[in-house]
Amino acid sequence: MADAVKKKPVGKAVIFGLLSTILYYLLITKQDLYMPYFSKGEIYSLLIIGTAFIFSYVHGNFTDYFWKVLGIEPKKKREGR
Amino acid sequence: MQDVAAQVSQFVDLQLWHVIYLVFVGFVGGLVSGFIGSGGAFVLTPSMMSMGVPGIIAVASNMRHKFPKALVGAIKRAKFGHVDVKLGIIMGLSAEAGVFVGASVQQYVKQTLGDTGSSLYVSTALIIVLATVGTYVLLDAFKSMKLDRMGKAKEAEEEKPTRIALALRKIHIPGTMIYFKSINDRISFLITVPLGFATGFLAATIAVGGFIGVPSMIYLLGVPSLISSGTELVIAFLMGTIGTFKYAWHGFVDIRLAMLILLGSLFGVQLGAIGTTYVKGYMIKFVMGVIMLIILVSRATVVPVYLAQLGWISALSPQMVSLLKNVSFGINLLGLFVAAFIIFKNLIKGIYQEKRYRAHELAYKEGKIKG
Repeated sequence: MADAVKKKPVGKAVIFGLLSTILYYLLITKQDLYMPYFSKGEIYSLLIIGTAFIFSYVHGNFTDYFWKVLGIEPKKKREGR
Repeated sequence: MQDVAAQVSQFVDLQLWHVIYLVFVGFVGGLVSGFIGSGGAFVLTPSMMSMGVPGIIAVASNMRHKFPKALVGAIKRAKFGHVDVKLGIIMGLSAEAGVFVGASVQQYVKQTLGDTGSSLYVSTALIIVLATVGTYVLLDAFKSMKLDRMGKAKEAEEEKPTRIALALRKIHIPGTMIYFKSINDRISFLITVPLGFATGFLAATIAVGGFIGVPSMIYLLGVPSLISSGTELVIAFLMGTIGTFKYAWHGFVDIRLAMLILLGSLFGVQLGAIGTTYVKGYMIKFVMGVIMLIILVSRATVVPVYLAQLGWISALSPQMVSLLKNVSFGINLLGLFVAAFIIFKNLIKGIYQEKRYRAHELAYKEGKIKG
Protein backbone atom coordinates (compact mmCIF):
# COMPACT_ATOMS: atom_id res chain seq x y z
CA MET A 1 0.00 0.00 0.00
CA ALA A 2 2.76 2.39 1.00
CA ASP A 3 4.33 1.90 -2.42
CA ALA A 4 1.23 3.09 -4.18
CA VAL A 5 1.40 6.44 -2.39
CA LYS A 6 4.84 7.29 -3.68
CA LYS A 7 5.82 6.73 -7.31
CA LYS A 8 9.18 5.12 -7.84
CA PRO A 9 11.59 6.79 -10.27
CA VAL A 10 11.95 3.73 -12.49
CA GLY A 11 12.26 5.74 -15.72
CA LYS A 12 15.02 7.95 -14.39
CA ALA A 13 16.88 4.96 -12.99
CA VAL A 14 16.78 3.27 -16.40
CA ILE A 15 17.94 6.39 -18.27
CA PHE A 16 20.87 7.09 -15.95
CA GLY A 17 21.65 3.38 -15.83
CA LEU A 18 21.93 3.29 -19.61
CA LEU A 19 24.08 6.42 -19.70
CA SER A 20 26.31 4.97 -17.01
CA THR A 21 26.65 1.70 -18.92
CA ILE A 22 27.63 3.60 -22.06
CA LEU A 23 30.29 5.57 -20.16
CA TYR A 24 31.78 2.40 -18.67
CA TYR A 25 31.60 0.62 -22.03
CA LEU A 26 33.61 3.43 -23.62
CA LEU A 27 36.06 3.43 -20.71
CA ILE A 28 36.86 -0.26 -21.14
CA THR A 29 36.73 -0.62 -24.94
CA LYS A 30 38.28 2.65 -26.10
CA GLN A 31 41.41 2.56 -23.94
CA ASP A 32 43.75 2.97 -26.93
CA LEU A 33 41.90 6.07 -27.96
CA TYR A 34 42.09 8.08 -24.76
CA MET A 35 45.02 6.66 -22.77
CA PRO A 36 47.74 8.54 -24.72
CA TYR A 37 46.11 11.85 -23.78
CA PHE A 38 45.09 10.96 -20.24
CA SER A 39 48.58 9.90 -19.21
CA LYS A 40 50.26 12.99 -20.67
CA GLY A 41 49.90 14.95 -17.45
CA GLU A 42 50.22 18.72 -17.10
CA ILE A 43 47.34 20.61 -18.68
CA TYR A 44 45.82 17.30 -19.86
CA SER A 45 45.09 16.50 -16.23
CA LEU A 46 42.04 18.73 -16.61
CA LEU A 47 40.62 15.97 -18.84
CA ILE A 48 40.92 13.56 -15.93
CA ILE A 49 39.20 15.92 -13.50
CA GLY A 50 36.45 16.63 -16.03
CA THR A 51 35.85 12.94 -16.68
CA ALA A 52 35.54 12.39 -12.95
CA PHE A 53 32.79 14.97 -12.70
CA ILE A 54 30.87 13.49 -15.63
CA PHE A 55 31.11 9.99 -14.13
CA SER A 56 30.11 11.16 -10.69
CA TYR A 57 27.10 13.06 -12.05
CA VAL A 58 25.77 10.25 -14.23
CA HIS A 59 26.71 7.29 -12.07
CA GLY A 60 25.87 9.17 -8.87
CA ASN A 61 22.34 9.83 -10.11
CA PHE A 62 21.98 6.26 -11.28
CA THR A 63 22.99 4.78 -7.91
CA ASP A 64 20.68 7.24 -6.14
CA TYR A 65 17.64 6.21 -8.21
CA PHE A 66 18.71 2.57 -8.09
CA TRP A 67 18.32 2.35 -4.29
CA LYS A 68 15.11 4.39 -4.44
CA VAL A 69 13.58 1.92 -6.90
CA LEU A 70 14.58 -0.93 -4.60
CA GLY A 71 12.75 0.87 -1.80
CA ILE A 72 15.84 1.62 0.28
CA GLU A 73 15.21 5.15 1.41
CA PRO A 74 16.31 7.37 4.27
CA LYS A 75 14.23 7.63 7.39
CA LYS A 76 11.52 10.23 7.16
CA LYS A 77 11.82 13.04 9.66
CA ARG A 78 8.80 13.17 11.95
CA GLU A 79 7.95 15.46 14.74
CA GLY A 80 8.16 14.06 18.21
CA ARG A 81 9.96 10.92 17.16
CA MET B 1 57.25 11.60 -26.02
CA GLN B 2 59.39 8.70 -24.83
CA ASP B 3 58.67 9.14 -21.17
CA VAL B 4 54.98 9.33 -22.01
CA ALA B 5 55.24 5.90 -23.59
CA ALA B 6 57.08 4.64 -20.53
CA GLN B 7 54.37 5.94 -18.27
CA VAL B 8 51.62 4.30 -20.28
CA SER B 9 53.38 0.95 -20.04
CA GLN B 10 53.40 1.40 -16.25
CA PHE B 11 49.64 1.02 -16.28
CA VAL B 12 48.81 -2.66 -15.90
CA ASP B 13 46.63 -4.72 -18.21
CA LEU B 14 43.26 -5.17 -16.58
CA GLN B 15 41.98 -8.71 -16.14
CA LEU B 16 38.34 -9.55 -15.50
CA TRP B 17 38.95 -10.62 -11.90
CA HIS B 18 40.76 -7.32 -11.28
CA VAL B 19 37.66 -5.49 -12.45
CA ILE B 20 35.27 -7.54 -10.32
CA TYR B 21 37.51 -7.25 -7.29
CA LEU B 22 37.92 -3.46 -7.61
CA VAL B 23 34.19 -2.93 -8.03
CA PHE B 24 33.46 -5.09 -5.01
CA VAL B 25 36.06 -3.58 -2.66
CA GLY B 26 35.00 -0.16 -3.96
CA PHE B 27 31.43 -0.90 -2.91
CA VAL B 28 32.36 -1.92 0.62
CA GLY B 29 34.79 1.00 0.94
CA GLY B 30 32.11 3.39 -0.30
CA LEU B 31 29.60 2.01 2.17
CA VAL B 32 31.95 2.75 5.05
CA SER B 33 32.85 6.23 3.72
CA GLY B 34 29.24 7.20 3.29
CA PHE B 35 28.71 6.26 6.91
CA ILE B 36 31.78 7.48 8.81
CA GLY B 37 33.10 10.05 6.31
CA SER B 38 36.25 8.26 5.23
CA GLY B 39 37.80 4.84 4.88
CA GLY B 40 38.35 2.32 2.16
CA ALA B 41 41.77 3.66 1.17
CA PHE B 42 43.57 1.37 3.56
CA VAL B 43 42.29 -1.66 1.66
CA LEU B 44 42.11 -0.27 -1.88
CA THR B 45 45.69 0.95 -2.14
CA PRO B 46 47.31 -2.33 -1.04
CA SER B 47 44.80 -4.25 -3.20
CA MET B 48 45.88 -2.40 -6.32
CA MET B 49 49.53 -2.88 -5.45
CA SER B 50 48.98 -6.63 -5.15
CA MET B 51 47.64 -6.57 -8.73
CA GLY B 52 51.03 -5.26 -9.81
CA VAL B 53 50.10 -1.59 -9.94
CA PRO B 54 53.13 0.51 -8.88
CA GLY B 55 52.73 2.14 -5.47
CA ILE B 56 52.53 5.72 -6.64
CA ILE B 57 49.88 4.92 -9.27
CA ALA B 58 47.86 3.00 -6.68
CA VAL B 59 47.95 5.96 -4.30
CA ALA B 60 47.15 8.44 -7.08
CA SER B 61 44.29 6.38 -8.49
CA ASN B 62 42.81 5.91 -5.06
CA MET B 63 42.97 9.67 -4.50
CA ARG B 64 41.38 10.11 -7.89
CA HIS B 65 38.33 8.01 -7.09
CA LYS B 66 37.99 9.57 -3.66
CA PHE B 67 36.90 13.05 -4.68
CA PRO B 68 33.89 12.14 -6.86
CA LYS B 69 32.86 9.65 -4.19
CA ALA B 70 33.17 12.26 -1.46
CA LEU B 71 31.24 14.73 -3.61
CA VAL B 72 28.32 12.36 -4.16
CA GLY B 73 28.38 11.37 -0.49
CA ALA B 74 28.51 14.98 0.70
CA ILE B 75 25.55 16.02 -1.47
CA LYS B 76 23.51 13.11 -0.17
CA ARG B 77 24.43 13.76 3.46
CA ALA B 78 23.71 17.48 3.01
CA LYS B 79 20.11 16.56 2.13
CA PHE B 80 19.84 14.94 5.57
CA GLY B 81 21.27 18.06 7.23
CA HIS B 82 24.53 16.31 8.13
CA VAL B 83 26.94 18.77 6.55
CA ASP B 84 28.39 22.03 7.84
CA VAL B 85 29.70 23.39 4.55
CA LYS B 86 31.51 26.38 6.06
CA LEU B 87 33.35 24.23 8.59
CA GLY B 88 34.15 21.69 5.85
CA ILE B 89 35.67 24.30 3.56
CA ILE B 90 37.76 25.94 6.28
CA MET B 91 38.98 22.56 7.55
CA GLY B 92 39.50 21.33 3.97
CA LEU B 93 41.70 24.23 2.94
CA SER B 94 43.84 23.97 6.07
CA ALA B 95 44.00 20.23 5.47
CA GLU B 96 45.56 21.01 2.10
CA ALA B 97 48.46 22.74 3.88
CA GLY B 98 48.75 19.66 6.10
CA VAL B 99 48.92 17.39 3.05
CA PHE B 100 51.72 19.52 1.64
CA VAL B 101 53.83 19.41 4.81
CA GLY B 102 52.98 15.75 5.46
CA ALA B 103 54.14 14.79 1.96
CA SER B 104 57.41 16.72 2.43
CA VAL B 105 58.11 14.97 5.72
CA GLN B 106 57.37 11.66 4.02
CA GLN B 107 59.84 12.54 1.26
CA TYR B 108 62.50 13.48 3.79
CA VAL B 109 62.10 10.21 5.70
CA LYS B 110 62.33 8.29 2.44
CA GLN B 111 65.56 10.03 1.49
CA THR B 112 67.23 9.45 4.84
CA LEU B 113 65.94 5.99 5.78
CA GLY B 114 64.91 4.52 2.40
CA ASP B 115 61.69 2.72 1.48
CA THR B 116 61.64 0.47 4.52
CA GLY B 117 62.25 3.38 6.85
CA SER B 118 59.40 5.25 5.29
CA SER B 119 57.09 2.24 5.70
CA LEU B 120 58.14 2.02 9.34
CA TYR B 121 57.46 5.72 9.80
CA VAL B 122 53.98 5.35 8.29
CA SER B 123 53.24 2.29 10.44
CA THR B 124 54.41 3.99 13.63
CA ALA B 125 52.31 7.10 12.96
CA LEU B 126 49.34 4.87 12.19
CA ILE B 127 49.76 2.76 15.33
CA ILE B 128 50.06 5.77 17.64
CA VAL B 129 47.04 7.57 16.17
CA LEU B 130 44.85 4.47 15.92
CA ALA B 131 45.69 3.20 19.40
CA THR B 132 45.00 6.46 21.21
CA VAL B 133 42.14 7.92 19.18
CA GLY B 134 40.56 4.55 18.35
CA THR B 135 40.42 3.42 21.99
CA TYR B 136 38.99 6.75 23.12
CA VAL B 137 36.30 6.81 20.42
CA LEU B 138 35.29 3.21 21.09
CA LEU B 139 35.08 3.66 24.87
CA ASP B 140 32.95 6.74 24.35
CA ALA B 141 30.63 4.80 22.04
CA PHE B 142 30.29 2.04 24.65
CA LYS B 143 29.36 4.62 27.28
CA SER B 144 26.49 5.92 25.12
CA MET B 145 25.38 2.38 24.26
CA LYS B 146 25.17 1.54 27.94
CA LEU B 147 23.03 4.60 28.59
CA ASP B 148 20.79 3.61 25.69
CA ARG B 149 20.40 0.08 27.03
CA MET B 150 19.57 1.40 30.49
CA GLY B 151 16.62 3.16 28.93
CA LYS B 152 18.17 6.60 28.96
CA ALA B 153 17.91 6.89 25.19
CA LYS B 154 17.66 10.64 25.30
CA GLU B 155 20.89 11.05 27.21
CA ALA B 156 22.64 8.61 24.89
CA GLU B 157 21.45 10.43 21.81
CA GLU B 158 22.05 13.90 23.06
CA GLU B 159 25.68 14.67 22.48
CA LYS B 160 26.92 17.28 24.84
CA PRO B 161 30.06 19.11 23.81
CA THR B 162 33.08 17.99 25.84
CA ARG B 163 34.64 20.25 28.44
CA ILE B 164 37.56 20.91 26.12
CA ALA B 165 35.16 21.99 23.37
CA LEU B 166 33.40 24.39 25.72
CA ALA B 167 36.72 25.82 26.90
CA LEU B 168 37.96 26.27 23.32
CA ARG B 169 34.79 28.15 22.42
CA LYS B 170 35.40 30.57 25.25
CA ILE B 171 38.72 31.65 23.79
CA HIS B 172 37.89 34.89 22.09
CA ILE B 173 40.44 36.16 19.60
CA PRO B 174 39.14 39.36 17.98
CA GLY B 175 38.83 39.27 14.23
CA THR B 176 39.11 35.50 13.99
CA MET B 177 35.76 34.38 15.37
CA ILE B 178 33.50 32.50 12.94
CA TYR B 179 29.98 31.28 13.51
CA PHE B 180 29.35 27.61 12.72
CA LYS B 181 25.79 26.40 12.51
CA SER B 182 26.67 22.83 13.50
CA ILE B 183 27.67 23.97 16.99
CA ASN B 184 25.45 27.05 17.02
CA ASP B 185 28.33 29.04 18.43
CA ARG B 186 31.36 31.03 17.41
CA ILE B 187 34.86 29.64 17.47
CA SER B 188 38.17 31.14 16.37
CA PHE B 189 39.47 29.85 13.06
CA LEU B 190 42.90 29.80 14.70
CA ILE B 191 41.55 26.73 16.53
CA THR B 192 40.02 24.97 13.53
CA VAL B 193 43.05 25.51 11.27
CA PRO B 194 45.44 23.25 13.26
CA LEU B 195 42.76 20.55 13.31
CA GLY B 196 42.41 20.73 9.54
CA PHE B 197 46.17 20.75 9.23
CA ALA B 198 46.48 17.59 11.34
CA THR B 199 43.79 15.92 9.22
CA GLY B 200 45.71 16.69 6.03
CA PHE B 201 49.03 15.70 7.55
CA LEU B 202 47.59 12.33 8.52
CA ALA B 203 45.95 11.90 5.13
CA ALA B 204 49.30 12.44 3.42
CA THR B 205 50.96 10.00 5.80
CA ILE B 206 48.51 7.12 6.22
CA ALA B 207 45.91 7.88 3.50
CA VAL B 208 42.97 8.21 5.92
CA GLY B 209 42.75 11.73 7.34
CA GLY B 210 39.28 11.15 8.71
CA PHE B 211 40.66 9.22 11.66
CA ILE B 212 41.83 12.58 13.01
CA GLY B 213 39.32 14.87 11.30
CA VAL B 214 36.11 13.28 12.59
CA PRO B 215 37.16 12.72 16.24
CA SER B 216 38.68 16.21 16.43
CA MET B 217 35.42 17.79 15.24
CA ILE B 218 33.44 15.70 17.75
CA TYR B 219 35.63 16.10 20.82
CA LEU B 220 37.47 19.39 20.31
CA LEU B 221 34.82 21.46 18.56
CA GLY B 222 31.74 19.74 19.95
CA VAL B 223 30.16 19.00 16.55
CA PRO B 224 27.58 16.15 16.73
CA SER B 225 28.92 12.83 15.35
CA LEU B 226 26.53 12.64 12.39
CA ILE B 227 27.47 16.15 11.24
CA SER B 228 31.18 15.46 11.80
CA SER B 229 31.16 12.42 9.55
CA GLY B 230 29.12 14.28 6.90
CA THR B 231 31.41 17.30 7.02
CA GLU B 232 34.45 15.05 6.70
CA LEU B 233 33.20 14.23 3.18
CA VAL B 234 33.56 17.91 2.24
CA ILE B 235 37.12 17.89 3.58
CA ALA B 236 37.83 14.67 1.67
CA PHE B 237 36.41 16.18 -1.49
CA LEU B 238 38.66 19.26 -1.29
CA MET B 239 41.76 17.24 -0.44
CA GLY B 240 40.94 14.70 -3.13
CA THR B 241 40.42 17.26 -5.89
CA ILE B 242 43.63 19.16 -5.27
CA GLY B 243 45.56 15.93 -4.64
CA THR B 244 44.28 14.38 -7.87
CA PHE B 245 45.27 17.43 -9.83
CA LYS B 246 48.79 17.22 -8.42
CA TYR B 247 49.21 13.55 -9.26
CA ALA B 248 47.48 13.84 -12.63
CA TRP B 249 49.76 16.73 -13.55
CA HIS B 250 52.67 14.28 -13.40
CA GLY B 251 50.72 11.61 -15.30
CA PHE B 252 50.34 9.18 -12.41
CA VAL B 253 46.58 8.69 -12.47
CA ASP B 254 45.19 5.55 -14.08
CA ILE B 255 41.69 6.66 -14.93
CA ARG B 256 40.47 3.11 -15.59
CA LEU B 257 41.37 1.92 -12.10
CA ALA B 258 39.84 5.01 -10.51
CA MET B 259 36.57 4.78 -12.46
CA LEU B 260 36.19 1.07 -11.78
CA ILE B 261 36.50 1.61 -8.05
CA LEU B 262 34.00 4.43 -8.43
CA LEU B 263 31.56 2.06 -10.15
CA GLY B 264 31.13 0.14 -6.92
CA SER B 265 31.84 2.89 -4.44
CA LEU B 266 29.00 5.18 -5.56
CA PHE B 267 26.50 2.40 -4.86
CA GLY B 268 28.14 2.00 -1.47
CA VAL B 269 28.38 5.66 -0.56
CA GLN B 270 24.66 6.21 -1.22
CA LEU B 271 23.74 3.23 0.90
CA GLY B 272 26.11 4.25 3.72
CA ALA B 273 24.66 7.76 3.72
CA ILE B 274 21.10 6.38 3.89
CA GLY B 275 22.28 4.20 6.78
CA THR B 276 23.20 7.24 8.86
CA THR B 277 19.58 8.39 8.95
CA TYR B 278 18.59 5.25 10.88
CA VAL B 279 21.23 5.32 13.59
CA LYS B 280 22.06 7.35 16.65
CA GLY B 281 25.26 9.41 16.72
CA TYR B 282 27.20 6.93 18.79
CA MET B 283 26.98 4.29 16.03
CA ILE B 284 29.33 6.48 13.97
CA LYS B 285 31.80 6.44 16.85
CA PHE B 286 31.35 2.70 17.31
CA VAL B 287 32.01 1.80 13.66
CA MET B 288 34.93 4.19 13.49
CA GLY B 289 36.51 2.88 16.69
CA VAL B 290 36.14 -0.75 15.59
CA ILE B 291 37.75 -0.07 12.21
CA MET B 292 40.61 1.87 13.77
CA LEU B 293 41.47 -0.87 16.24
CA ILE B 294 41.31 -3.64 13.63
CA ILE B 295 43.64 -1.72 11.31
CA LEU B 296 45.91 -1.14 14.27
CA VAL B 297 46.32 -4.91 14.68
CA SER B 298 46.88 -5.29 10.96
CA ARG B 299 49.66 -2.71 10.92
CA ALA B 300 51.32 -3.98 14.05
CA THR B 301 51.63 -7.40 12.34
CA VAL B 302 53.99 -6.11 9.66
CA VAL B 303 56.20 -3.95 11.86
CA PRO B 304 58.70 -6.81 12.50
CA VAL B 305 59.20 -7.08 8.72
CA TYR B 306 60.34 -3.46 8.49
CA LEU B 307 62.47 -3.70 11.63
CA ALA B 308 64.25 -6.76 10.19
CA GLN B 309 64.81 -5.04 6.84
CA LEU B 310 66.40 -2.11 8.62
CA GLY B 311 68.62 -4.52 10.54
CA TRP B 312 67.24 -3.43 13.89
CA ILE B 313 66.18 -7.01 14.75
CA SER B 314 67.48 -10.35 13.36
CA ALA B 315 66.45 -11.23 9.82
CA LEU B 316 63.17 -13.03 9.10
CA SER B 317 62.80 -15.89 6.60
CA PRO B 318 61.12 -14.96 3.28
CA GLN B 319 58.20 -17.28 4.10
CA MET B 320 57.70 -15.48 7.39
CA VAL B 321 57.76 -12.09 5.65
CA SER B 322 55.12 -13.06 3.09
CA LEU B 323 53.03 -14.75 5.80
CA LEU B 324 53.03 -11.61 7.96
CA LYS B 325 52.18 -9.42 4.99
CA ASN B 326 49.29 -11.65 3.94
CA VAL B 327 47.93 -11.87 7.47
CA SER B 328 48.12 -8.08 7.74
CA PHE B 329 46.21 -7.59 4.50
CA GLY B 330 43.64 -10.18 5.57
CA ILE B 331 43.03 -8.34 8.85
CA ASN B 332 42.61 -5.08 6.89
CA LEU B 333 39.96 -6.68 4.74
CA LEU B 334 38.31 -8.14 7.83
CA GLY B 335 38.12 -4.66 9.37
CA LEU B 336 36.30 -3.32 6.35
CA PHE B 337 33.85 -6.23 6.34
CA VAL B 338 33.11 -6.01 10.04
CA ALA B 339 32.28 -2.31 9.56
CA ALA B 340 30.13 -3.09 6.52
CA PHE B 341 28.31 -5.77 8.51
CA ILE B 342 27.46 -3.38 11.35
CA ILE B 343 26.20 -0.77 8.86
CA PHE B 344 24.07 -3.32 6.97
CA LYS B 345 22.60 -4.68 10.17
CA ASN B 346 21.52 -1.21 11.28
CA LEU B 347 20.24 -0.32 7.84
CA ILE B 348 18.08 -3.41 7.50
CA LYS B 349 16.74 -3.09 11.04
CA GLY B 350 15.97 0.59 10.44
CA ILE B 351 14.21 0.02 7.12
CA TYR B 352 11.98 -2.69 8.59
CA GLN B 353 11.01 -0.47 11.48
CA GLU B 354 10.31 2.39 9.11
CA LYS B 355 8.12 0.19 6.87
CA ARG B 356 6.13 -0.99 9.84
CA TYR B 357 5.74 2.56 11.06
CA ARG B 358 4.60 3.79 7.65
CA ALA B 359 2.04 1.00 7.44
CA HIS B 360 0.72 2.06 10.85
CA GLU B 361 0.57 5.69 9.74
CA LEU B 362 -1.34 4.74 6.62
CA ALA B 363 -3.79 2.54 8.52
CA TYR B 364 -4.31 5.35 11.01
CA LYS B 365 -5.00 7.88 8.25
CA GLU B 366 -7.43 5.56 6.45
CA GLY B 367 -9.20 4.84 9.68
CA LYS B 368 -9.58 8.55 10.27
CA ILE B 369 -11.09 9.17 6.83
CA LYS B 370 -13.59 6.34 7.24
CA GLY B 371 -14.43 7.40 10.75
